[in-house]
Amino acid sequence: MTVSATITSGKKKLKVVGTRPVRPDGVPKVTGLARYGADYSLPGMLWGKILRSPHAHARIRSIDTSKAQALAGVKAVMTSADLPEQKFEYVGPERVAVNFWHMTRGIMAREKVLYEGHAVAAVAATSRTVADEALRLIKIDYELLPHVINVEEAMQPDAPLLFEDMITRGVEPAPDKPSNISKRIEFKIGDLGAGFAAADEIVEGAFRTAPVHQGYIEPQACLARFDADGQAELWASSQGHFVIRALTARLLGMDIGNLRVHPAEIGGGFGGKNVPYVEPVALALSRKTGHPVKIVLSREEVFKACGPAAGSLMTVKIGVTKDGRIVAADGVFRFQAGAFPGSPVMNACMCAFAPYDIPNVCSVGYDVICNRPKTAAYRAPGAPISAYAVESVMDMAAASIGMDPLQFRLKNVARPGTPTVWGPKHAHEGYAETIQALLQHPGYAAPLGKNQGRGVAAGYWFNNGGESSAAAHVNEDGTVVVATGSADLSGTRAAMALMAAETLGIDYDKVRPIVADTASIGFSGLAAGSRTTFATGIAVVEACRKVIGELRARAAMIWDVRAEDVAWEDGCAKRTGDNAGGVEPLSLKAIAAKRSVTGGPISAEVSVNAGGVAPGFATEYCDVEVDPETGAVKILRFVAAQDVGRAIHPAYVEGQIQGGVAQGIGWALNEEYIYDEAGRLANAGFLDYRVPVASDLPRIEAVLVEVPNPNHPFGVKGVGEANIVPSLAAVANAVSRAIGRRMTELPMSPPTVLAALDSERGG
Amino acid sequence: MAKYHVTATVNGDAAEFLCETHQTLLEVLRDELGLTGTKEGCGTGDCGACSVTIDGRLMCSCLVLAVEAEGKAIQTIEGMAAGTELHPLQRKFLEHAALQCGICTPGILIAARSLLERNPDPTEEEVRYWLAGNLCRCTGYHKIVDAVLDAAREMRRE
Amino acid sequence: MREMRYEAPRTLEAALALLSAPNGQARVLAGGTDLLIGLRAGRDVPELLVDIKGIPEMTSIVAENGGFRFGAAVTCMELIEHEGFAKAWPGVIDAVKLIGSIQVKGRATVGGNLCNASPAADSVPALIAAEASVSIAGPNGNREARVEECARGPGETSLARGELVSSILLPPRLPHSGDAYLRFTPRTEMDIAVVGAGVNLTLDDSGVCRQARVSLGAVAERALLVPEAAAALIGSKVDAAALRRLAAAASAACRPIDDKRGTKEFRIKIAGVMARRAAEIALARSLSQRAADKLLGG
Repeated sequence: MTVSATITSGKKKLKVVGTRPVRPDGVPKVTGLARYGADYSLPGMLWGKILRSPHAHARIRSIDTSKAQALAGVKAVMTSADLPEQKFEYVGPERVAVNFWHMTRGIMAREKVLYEGHAVAAVAATSRTVADEALRLIKIDYELLPHVINVEEAMQPDAPLLFEDMITRGVEPAPDKPSNISKRIEFKIGDLGAGFAAADEIVEGAFRTAPVHQGYIEPQACLARFDADGQAELWASSQGHFVIRALTARLLGMDIGNLRVHPAEIGGGFGGKNVPYVEPVALALSRKTGHPVKIVLSREEVFKACGPAAGSLMTVKIGVTKDGRIVAADGVFRFQAGAFPGSPVMNACMCAFAPYDIPNVCSVGYDVICNRPKTAAYRAPGAPISAYAVESVMDMAAASIGMDPLQFRLKNVARPGTPTVWGPKHAHEGYAETIQALLQHPGYAAPLGKNQGRGVAAGYWFNNGGESSAAAHVNEDGTVVVATGSADLSGTRAAMALMAAETLGIDYDKVRPIVADTASIGFSGLAAGSRTTFATGIAVVEACRKVIGELRARAAMIWDVRAEDVAWEDGCAKRTGDNAGGVEPLSLKAIAAKRSVTGGPISAEVSVNAGGVAPGFATEYCDVEVDPETGAVKILRFVAAQDVGRAIHPAYVEGQIQGGVAQGIGWALNEEYIYDEAGRLANAGFLDYRVPVASDLPRIEAVLVEVPNPNHPFGVKGVGEANIVPSLAAVANAVSRAIGRRMTELPMSPPTVLAALDSERGG
Repeated sequence: MAKYHVTATVNGDAAEFLCETHQTLLEVLRDELGLTGTKEGCGTGDCGACSVTIDGRLMCSCLVLAVEAEGKAIQTIEGMAAGTELHPLQRKFLEHAALQCGICTPGILIAARSLLERNPDPTEEEVRYWLAGNLCRCTGYHKIVDAVLDAAREMRRE
Repeated sequence: MREMRYEAPRTLEAALALLSAPNGQARVLAGGTDLLIGLRAGRDVPELLVDIKGIPEMTSIVAENGGFRFGAAVTCMELIEHEGFAKAWPGVIDAVKLIGSIQVKGRATVGGNLCNASPAADSVPALIAAEASVSIAGPNGNREARVEECARGPGETSLARGELVSSILLPPRLPHSGDAYLRFTPRTEMDIAVVGAGVNLTLDDSGVCRQARVSLGAVAERALLVPEAAAALIGSKVDAAALRRLAAAASAACRPIDDKRGTKEFRIKIAGVMARRAAEIALARSLSQRAADKLLGG
């Protein structure tokens, strides 16, 4: 269902953008021919396997690899000694800062192992069987240390410390004792005290979420090849082969230019594949052996060692007037970072109250280290977690004054000019339109039955712009290749082809979009942050416009007129000006045929650092039914309205919304990391890490609201992430209303819901 | 220990390979026969990405030993199309945008074909329960169900 | 692992000879859906795998003395697709349908489900409620045992070394009978049972329950036969009061553990709920069978 809101200027009707053609990489994907990270091979290839710590926290006294080295078929054994040490410093913008001293220790442990599953050594051997055997022959002497997992315990003054010299950043004056709190951040506007003093009702709650995993079905995998002349290649599935190249080169101490990364198809990322895990290890092993090395992680390794999402402990307090104005909001967000600093708690603080116009806000965040793998991004990282707490309290606030939850949000909606807690003012419409779309939705007024509840929630995500490159090459027969450096996670090649075809005025199937490797296109940032259709789309359109400029010049040459007298329309050069009449247009194909006599190949490449990003807003409602005897929750209906700017390929935009909501439902109901007392993961597989299966979910209704972004040639706003942000709270608010008790912990697995029901019933 | 020599039929053609006892059919399909269309998502039968049919029966190839394939007829995703003519399920998946990253797609197509062979007119619920053994993390299953029901409709008309 | 060998005998005798060979440790390979996971995790790697799927009496389903005998290597899907069996024992089929995905059921066997001896095995409570028995072949000949005697504890059976369950026997169905199996899982599919409940009951001509068997899974170290729960139904018309007594007896019989799939308290509560709901379905099935019999003049 597409609801078109504000229409932009009198642009003429679009021909291909907004249609639903088959994606260009579709046939290989339905026939098994598409090649993902684990599907590449080279002659003489060795199998790499990683040895991992069985302990949650231990000092490494010694590593003896001699027996493993001696095993027939083993060509190399590596430890952290095979990777250069890195300087301890945080580099880059605070929100996404990187510290290579931490990163190299994440790739392979040095002084200590900091979580069960932490990589400590690796082997390369002639077969998987030999590699497995070799791992068993590596002897490591560990000195066990006490461990700590959850946020609350890790923050205690007497908690076991992962880094004995960690002093909390962001606190003035700095603490004199070390702790596991790597950072404190604070955002503030207005006067909180005055705000709460003016409130008629104050509602607050404390909330807890368990850690979860992105759950991509494809484990990390790569093939690496390091030749004797120092030239190296990687075939890897990732969300950004340029970023993987840069990070991997740094971790190996080699020039970026000596490493070429080929983007394999990627079987799901959701943020979890923004960073390397296996690539530096495979490359180091290849460097040691002189042979290509392939590493494919097992599902258990993925759960134990590849950046899951944070668990949290949060408190939120909101003050409202009786006519529904939010006058004050206060949130404290404590996030697990895992073994190294860098949870997305800053995002959580910034996005928490962003959908609202509130004059007095304070958001405080704590980034807390614990004996788990370092968290990685997971779809709007941090925002769904803080939204769970905030949107739950918003629900409580609306109920406390007897207001409909959608009307409550509409009354306080952020609009252009509304300040954000981190400084800039909102610049885009869209949020109100998503609320309106739900208010008009026929299901919203539908009556509910026994044991049923309806939950509403809203959410904000920054989206992202940034660096992208694109090239357009006109082939001799008038077909066009469009190359970008953006990994295609879910159909963006189709969007690139649609935007290129629209801009050039040619048929969709005359455009071949490809994802080029790092040596074949300019730098492109991650396919993350909902940026690809936006930023890479801008680069594609600009490259096509340059090509159009060149095509007009060629036509001018053919017609012997000035370029100013040539327009480009419907895929053809057309004469304008005084002698226009009667001259047949020149198609792209015709101009291409004459390229060698008019100046040679027709081609353009563009690199952009895209600004003018519009954020994502989504508002959702969810109907649930709770089994009063077991606490089982059934999702009856889920409707998600998101402002997508303009849907280039509506089917894939709907798919993003449906997928994000499905992940949110799993996060809300059944997904969690379960640790034993020794800090080991008890559910490192899909049997007991419970993602939704097909029979768990209903149809998910995606309502596409289109309020075009004026800063993109087609009005695009990033779509991938905003949809998950409200989904946890939508389910939690629905369950809370169904049972008459606020659910303050995720996941709301049946025992938790039954316990809440029993408390409510006085049992 | 010497390897076992196995002969089987794969996608209608004679195939043979050497394997050790502990190797799974999944490993051999991918690493010995080069048929990488069948994917490993978990290795423990919980995700269905490695789905194949053996003598017409839908199974996870990660839970079958390669030695057990002796004399069996195995069908993988690479054999689903008839040359360049896609199976209706493959076509409908593309039309309905029933795949995003595509890693679960081969397993789901094999599983869906198996369903429609037994039950040409399934309800939505029957489709969802049949596919419960195939995890998808990208789509929320919505468009997958649409595609399967639409393919079933088309196949009933033929 | 590298030294592990594989044999696929064609007769029961050959299989028994391999299983009781003095050198080395041998394990039975049926569907492999538990075994292969164990091998992958490096648990209990044997020297020899004995694949029993090529032995005719282990893969057949036959009517016997008014009941059904099916081989221990019959797959779940084969049993589900057997119309006659499914009609007679819908409760056993309820249970078998819940063993993993369609893919897993295409391989997994009821014999394997039983001998893997997970306390949460789905087929076991239904078979116990149905009063099923097993035929065990061994180096010292054959013996019969009740299904409830097979598992001793998690991963432990009462089978002696070299013994093999060859088939499972369901007794003749009494008129006006019905069975059902329900389990509780957090998701709709693909989970291990947090609690499983199998109920089998027989009514007389006036609708009074004359025989009943109730069995619970995942609430003790092995599936339990709960005579007190059955006693709650016998002599009643399986009305609300009888069902309440049944639920209470079921909860009281549990001795569960806390694990990653459920807490003690939750299991105890849910056992009563699942037993009651299974009894309601079993009752409906026995009533409709009774109605069908009446129509046919029985």
